Amino acid sequence: MDSPSVTPDIAPGSAVLGASSAGPAALPVLEVEGLCIEYETERGVLQAVRNVSLSVNRHESFGLVGESGSGKSTLAMGAIRYLAANGRVTAGSVRLNGVELLGLSDKELRSLWGASIGVVYQSPLGALNPSIQIGRQLAEVARLHLGMDRGAARQRVGEMLAKVAMPDPEAVMKRYPHQLSGGMLQRCVIAMALMTNPALLIMDEPTTALDVTTQAVVLDLVADLKREFDSAILYITHDLGVITKICERVGVMYAGEFMEQASLDALFHRPRHPYTLDLLGCVPRFETSPQKRSLVTIPGSIPRLDELPHGCIFSPRCGFVREACRAARPPLLEVEPDHRAACIRWEVVPPPAEYLREATESLDVVAPTAGKDVVLVEVDGSKTHFKGPARGLIPGRRTRRWIRAVDGVSLTVEEGQTLGIVGESGSGKTTLARAIIGLTPATDGDIRLRGRSLERSTGRRKRSVLKEIQMVFQNPDASLNPTRSVGDAIVRPLVLLGDLSREQARKRAEELLLSVSLPATYFDRLPNELSGGEKQRVAIARAFAADPELILCDEPISSLDVSVQGALMNLLMKLQAERRTSYVFISHDLSAVQHLSDTIAVVYLGLVMEIGHAVDVLTPPFHPYTEALLSAVPLADPDIKQTPVRLGGTVPSAMDVPSGCRFHPRCPRFLGDICVDQEPPWREGDAGHHIYCHIPLEELACLQAETLVLT
Amino acid sequence: MLTFIVRRLGFVVLMVLLSSILIFWATQVLPGDIATMMLGRFASEEARQNLREELGLNKPVVTQYVTWLGDFVQGDWGYSISTRSEIRPLVMERLRNSAMLAGVAFAIFVPVGILLGLLAALRRNSWVDQTISVGSLAFIGLPEFVSGVVLISIFSIKLGWLPSQSAIEPSSGFVKAFPYLILPAITVALTTLAYVVRMTRSSTVDVLQTDYVRTANLKGLPPRRVLFTHVLRNSLLPTITVIAISVGWLIGGLIVTESVFSYPGLGRLVLFGVQRRDIPLIQATVLLIVVIYGIANLLADILYAVLNPRIRYT
Repeated sequence: MDSPSVTPDIAPGSAVLGASSAGPAALPVLEVEGLCIEYETERGVLQAVRNVSLSVNRHESFGLVGESGSGKSTLAMGAIRYLAANGRVTAGSVRLNGVELLGLSDKELRSLWGASIGVVYQSPLGALNPSIQIGRQLAEVARLHLGMDRGAARQRVGEMLAKVAMPDPEAVMKRYPHQLSGGMLQRCVIAMALMTNPALLIMDEPTTALDVTTQAVVLDLVADLKREFDSAILYITHDLGVITKICERVGVMYAGEFMEQASLDALFHRPRHPYTLDLLGCVPRFETSPQKRSLVTIPGSIPRLDELPHGCIFSPRCGFVREACRAARPPLLEVEPDHRAACIRWEVVPPPAEYLREATESLDVVAPTAGKDVVLVEVDGSKTHFKGPARGLIPGRRTRRWIRAVDGVSLTVEEGQTLGIVGESGSGKTTLARAIIGLTPATDGDIRLRGRSLERSTGRRKRSVLKEIQMVFQNPDASLNPTRSVGDAIVRPLVLLGDLSREQARKRAEELLLSVSLPATYFDRLPNELSGGEKQRVAIARAFAADPELILCDEPISSLDVSVQGALMNLLMKLQAERRTSYVFISHDLSAVQHLSDTIAVVYLGLVMEIGHAVDVLTPPFHPYTEALLSAVPLADPDIKQTPVRLGGTVPSAMDVPSGCRFHPRCPRFLGDICVDQEPPWREGDAGHHIYCHIPLEELACLQAETLVLT
Repeated sequence: MLTFIVRRLGFVVLMVLLSSILIFWATQVLPGDIATMMLGRFASEEARQNLREELGLNKPVVTQYVTWLGDFVQGDWGYSISTRSEIRPLVMERLRNSAMLAGVAFAIFVPVGILLGLLAALRRNSWVDQTISVGSLAFIGLPEFVSGVVLISIFSIKLGWLPSQSAIEPSSGFVKAFPYLILPAITVALTTLAYVVRMTRSSTVDVLQTDYVRTANLKGLPPRRVLFTHVLRNSLLPTITVIAISVGWLIGGLIVTESVFSYPGLGRLVLFGVQRRDIPLIQATVLLIVVIYGIANLLADILYAVLNPRIRYT
């Protein structure tokens, strides 16, 4: 077994690789060979994972990437024999430190689970029992597998929590899961998984449910723990950026098979499979050119398991396809030492940088929409305060606190332009959007549409006004009524707000479906027959149905695969160019926002921290909060070195807004008393660029000169 | 926690107050004049007038209501028109009997219901599950006067194992009364059982599919430990609410069942009062039932909050 070695041509930026080559060529901890997993479903037997092999060494982490439905989690869970009742392993071998797992009895398996195998899951809140204290849940592992008594187990939990950098472990142990933030919970789950120093640690999208800032902190932590513990890590993610922070070797999965396996460096610099190349192309990149360009996408979608294409399963979506590809399924070929690709044409796959340059040049430049500087919406000192919980029993003497979700925001949206709003969860961005559309009425301030003040709640707004503002929500599953057809969802606003007859509305709805690249035959389908990306297209078509002037997009792509994200962003850009609709685009992730936005507002705890043209916000000087958000984005490029600016803790409760500058308790560039005592001034840069900070702009620019190297 | 209990208690008191107004109002609009009922149709108008004076019936309704409620709270529940005796000792004796019957019924349907529900959930979609689900549903639809009669015909007439009538001495002790309690208790339990079974089954099925049960399994805990420490705690929460609500059903069921078995309980006393238009008796018994129902729900709320840390104590 070759251990990946650091070859001289590796760029200095990828020094991470060194970690795995430290020891002598050891026996791999996990060896999977020819694993096949089936599910019995209503559609017949589906072969979810087919003839898959991989191996992971001690101290090494192996990244499993691929779109959803590629079989990553099935592979990992099948390998440790934890499958749903309708799933079974049909062939292959899985050895953990030489022990064959597939022949073990249930009892023997249970003695490995939790002891030699630790698992960290996607949703930390779901993974912990809501009605048991954190300390007890963690101690369970120590008592069961380490044979500790109550006191010793408790002490061990305390030590483990300290190892995952948990502030105040004693207090945390007494808490229940709902009382902790996502980042803290994920640390608890990691502590639980590492309690026994397991041989194998499976991490299944452990940071996907977290804010970008929290994700960065957790990724740093995992990178640290990797050195301290002896575990081999199987890291599952759809995010190539995350892979670069954690993994030494990567396997790219597609519809249940490996397309490519290579070291991190080889995969990013010399991919030998077109699918890998396409995935790399989809990743959003920071660009500072004021021109908006379409994103590279992968045409088509992942095939259903019961309708796998003949020959190479990727061939229908492949840009390098030849007749020979469709003849037979290509085996995983060793293209160089420790680098395998399942492509017969691997030699013609170009380096990603070159491919991306060519691909981008061939894409349309989205014409800048005319009508600039015409203000469509003005938000003027808008506040939304909610009633907090009341204390005390006697009516009249009860004290009530206020949740200041949005606490005085002013901004404008121009005609045909996109305003991006970024901030962590709890920053008030969704509440602001809901105030604009009137779903959650603002409690103070003014919101104007073309100069006319809007009523605060939808109930009091005229239909002609309602028609002008529409919204696309984060979760398309929840925003489409499961019992109504796609057509119904689009026809309703047409009839209600567009004054069309039902026949006219049907015709119009079919046109709208076509304009979001869905066939008109989808009209009669129910939402559950659609994929996540398709549902979101329907939601977009519905938002456009009333022909509004403004569409509020609340994290519309966060729950989707990278390949689908790009296509949806392109769609939004195309529709905006055609119809001159304005967007407000909300996300916790700056990399998603920057592609679409003309202007960006960075919000924190109900206030704007920085606002300006996208280019100005993305280049120094930054507000320290913007700086932290930027450096938290995991860039899918091992060569770019990001300055680690990390935010400790979480967004404070909007009931206890800190004094002075409300960002001061977490600010990486905290000055001292002035930040605690005084509200910062608005510092003005070029062309409407504003930063809310005590530090002068020149000084910020100087401090931040190296924060992010933008391409 | 104390604040939470005090607030919930406040709600219960409010509920009892509102119910007392409803009860009082309902008995007011019932046809018939109490004085005529007590003295008979041939009593002189003067005598009736005197009685009304004595009972305070010619005072304003609000005053009557306040006096009635005040007396009730202080333990003076008045005199029954039909039995011409003090209501409270009578009601208390019957309450004790009904409590014995309800207690046995509870002891049957709560554990059996939870057990069957769990079994159905753990063997989901197997024949065990199907049998339990269909069987318990069948009993929901079966009224007590049917199931009671069926039970009597099987166990007392055919097999002769248990007495068909439960007309015990109103003051007999639990041990002596127990054989008489079994059939009526099963009758009462049968109708309520299904709700407990179905709720336990569906919430357990949900909990078994949660991520935290997967976590517990992948910790390597033995299946039994997973069930007892991780599943039950969460899956029994909705069952607790159902059991509290079932107290209401239980009381309704008691009225019918006690009649079928001629059991001297509170339910039969209510029926007796209604048949005789014994308004003071109806008022006292019904209000007492409301109080019991309120207390049962209060206890369920507290138990729910203790088991579920996500409940905010406000």
